[in-house]
Amino acid sequence: MPEALLRARELTKTFGGLAAVNKVSLELWQDRIHVVIGPNGAGKSTLTNLLSGDLPPSSGRIELAGQDITRASPEQISRQGLGRSYQKTNIFPSFSVWENIRLAAQSRAAQQPWNPLRWLASAQADPAVNERAEAALELAGLDGRRHAIAGAASHGEQRQLEVAMTLATEPRVLLLDEPLAGMGTAEAERMVELLLRIKPRHAMMVVEHDIDAIFTLADHLTVMVNGTVIASGEPAAIRADRGVQAAYLGEDH
Amino acid sequence: MTAHASSLEALPTGLKAALAVGLAALSLFPFVGSDFYQQMVVRMMILAIFAMSLDLLQGVTGLVSLGHAAYFGIAGYALAFFTPPGEPVSLWWTLPAAMGLAGAAALVIGFFVVRTRGIYFIMVTLAFAQMVFYLVFDNKALGGSDGLYINFRPDAGVFDLENKRVFYYFTLVCMLGVFVFLRRLLWSPFGRALAGIRVNEHRMRAVGYGSFGYKLAAFTLAGALAGLAGYLWGAQSGFVNPELMGFHQSAHVIMMVILGGMGNFAGAIVGAFAFEIMLDVFKDLPAIGGFETGKHWQLWMGLFIVAVICFAPRGLLGLAQRLGARPGAPDA
Amino acid sequence: MERGTTPVAGPSPFHGVPWHGLLRGLLTRRFGNTRFSSQRPRPVDLANFLIQLLNSVQYGLLLFMLAAGLTLIFGIMGVVNLAHGSFYMLGAYLAYALSAQLGSFTAAIVVGTGLSVVFGLALERLLFRHFYQREHLDQVLLTFGLIYIFEESRSLLWGDDVHGVPVPPLLTGSLPLTDTLSYPVYRLFMMAICVALAVGLYLLIGKTRLGMKIRAGAFNRDMTESLGINIKLIHALVFAIGVALATVAGMIAAPVSSVYPNMGASVLIMCFVVVTIGGIGSVRGALIAALLVGLVDTFGKVLLPQVSSMGVYMLMAAVLLWKPEGLFKS
Repeated sequence: MPEALLRARELTKTFGGLAAVNKVSLELWQDRIHVVIGPNGAGKSTLTNLLSGDLPPSSGRIELAGQDITRASPEQISRQGLGRSYQKTNIFPSFSVWENIRLAAQSRAAQQPWNPLRWLASAQADPAVNERAEAALELAGLDGRRHAIAGAASHGEQRQLEVAMTLATEPRVLLLDEPLAGMGTAEAERMVELLLRIKPRHAMMVVEHDIDAIFTLADHLTVMVNGTVIASGEPAAIRADRGVQAAYLGEDH
Repeated sequence: MTAHASSLEALPTGLKAALAVGLAALSLFPFVGSDFYQQMVVRMMILAIFAMSLDLLQGVTGLVSLGHAAYFGIAGYALAFFTPPGEPVSLWWTLPAAMGLAGAAALVIGFFVVRTRGIYFIMVTLAFAQMVFYLVFDNKALGGSDGLYINFRPDAGVFDLENKRVFYYFTLVCMLGVFVFLRRLLWSPFGRALAGIRVNEHRMRAVGYGSFGYKLAAFTLAGALAGLAGYLWGAQSGFVNPELMGFHQSAHVIMMVILGGMGNFAGAIVGAFAFEIMLDVFKDLPAIGGFETGKHWQLWMGLFIVAVICFAPRGLLGLAQRLGARPGAPDA
Repeated sequence: MERGTTPVAGPSPFHGVPWHGLLRGLLTRRFGNTRFSSQRPRPVDLANFLIQLLNSVQYGLLLFMLAAGLTLIFGIMGVVNLAHGSFYMLGAYLAYALSAQLGSFTAAIVVGTGLSVVFGLALERLLFRHFYQREHLDQVLLTFGLIYIFEESRSLLWGDDVHGVPVPPLLTGSLPLTDTLSYPVYRLFMMAICVALAVGLYLLIGKTRLGMKIRAGAFNRDMTESLGINIKLIHALVFAIGVALATVAGMIAAPVSSVYPNMGASVLIMCFVVVTIGGIGSVRGALIAALLVGLVDTFGKVLLPQVSSMGVYMLMAAVLLWKPEGLFKS
């Protein structure tokens, strides 16, 4: 059994007296999709923020491929191979779709802000960066929309772009926060298909609300309520669990 | 900071044509303009360099500095200290040295300042610039409030900067050089990263860019380029005083960049020229029946600034774009 | 720790430090008279020290009045206002013009305060209100333009000469501190006014319904509006209070600092330094920072005049290294 690519141990985040995330542990494995569900306010987004470095945990430990990233900054975590997408679309609205992805892909090139050669080279002329960007563009199915200004694209396209940008950084671990949010049926199907396509090469955590998507995608399911994990395991087992039904799934018929 | 600027990042053809015409006009001007106006245009070109350096910081990276004049002044003072009272000093080491000093000051101050955000950044850049101002103002050894004289223009060896026309063309070449360099930079990986930081710094960090390093590099480079302008100013006017690093100078250059239109460097040049022209127009207003209109130029300037902010926040180029009604932006 | 009982848990924090001896020495000994006297360049005696201390507190409190207005306006409406120093300048000129007209300094202050509130309300309604949602850059330029307008208006109304404002007769005396030195009553009066206003501000914001609404508005504008609270009125009031504080500061400072063009500029910078150190939006931070700045500036000028003006900026740099968002993040 290979090592877990991401391992979180007893992660806790308190604001004032309130524990938004309370002693949450989870593991992410390659070729496995770990879906996290829970009602609003359950702490899912906070958990994602803790894992991506956007928020420092109050206590607990996070390891990425064996390296401790508990106190690391978002950029350090990204460079070590963790990519995340946002629930609220977080793109570069005034740039084109292509430039959004290309800029994300450029992050993997040598970062030398003080190197004058990097001030004079042409950004569009880097073959490695372009290759990564093209791959991500294609995967996300945005090939035909590369010249569109991101801010003017449709909501579904923006959500695809959101994921494409994350993929362009070639992460090993992916945290996807509600990738299907606000999508119509056809778009949601495309997104699920995309996630399944990239699954073999990544360890993925997906936060979602859509029941069908959840059971299509999940190899492992974690249910959070009020910051705590109330159940975690095989989707079929979770579905049958009375406690979970009462707390969450029950309300969702 | 938002993307006020980006739709003009790629210069539309009309603007390119206008710039070419402008360059031709500037090149021919010394043959038609009087000495007085030549000096005025040299000043404007120097300020255009100053404005472009701020545009890198403000228009491209989105950092609003209220203390950019500090680096302008430091380079001017550097020339004053390098130049002995009785003879000129060589251009070829003093210019890079002055720019280096200005850049070094920007690096040190930037180290403190770039870790702050938004309104804090504005306030601390102002505060540090004031610190430099008072350092010079309060110390007789540095010239104090009276300033320092630069008795000889730098010696370039192969050409004579004391000749006004030569100095004019030297300044024109510098301005052109800075423009070409910055345009190139805008489309480089570094420049794209800076633009990304302006539009969405959070996402830039999330995809792995160390935004602090980029911002600090931009701050330092902008400081060094402001130093080029300050050096030329000192060389041209032969005199430096603390006002060169003052709050008003910093605010004026911000105004120039906004007036022209931010983020593409062409706007900075347009803005610098337009601002200086407006200033001269206001100062030279004829008296209207006993009321010394020109003496109260600050009032007209203030009203003008308020009017621009209220009605043309994207500056002259933005206005021209709106009037020309260009459909859509070229691919970034 | 209860008095008279033996502490059970560990040594007290004062253990080992001869506090009583230090205090006694501080109060009775002349600073110059120690075994290190020969090394000191200048003996600083206690009375001089007290005077400088009082001066620094007075300056600090005045700065606080300005900084409180600036930090409130920024913290609650998100507007950066470079023209804040101009209100101080206008206050000083108002004090000069009104006390000449009305013959009484007190009347001048009362009328001046009223005028400044009206002015603040008008300025907010006509101009600032439309800039709350604008970029800071636009606000910076707008208020810089206003500085020019205010300076020139002042020049047109009252000219460019330097003026003195006489201290009201009731407050002209001096309070003796030691047999040789005394402290001007007027400066104590200034401090009293500042303290009164500070207390008033604290009570207003912390203890009244209006204050609660102000704090709610800062915290969550939309929610506050949907609760039926007139957020526009709140903003107008906060702005007017800020303007009034700055103007009154100028008015009461006028007899001490005299009235001259551009007096707003230097005080504006200090104000910004105070707000930066204290933390934007924090009135408590503004108070502590203002007093710190007052201390560093006043003692800096006395002890190291060559680099005195740098001292405050060094302080700011140090604070920023430690806490990039100021001492008290709001």
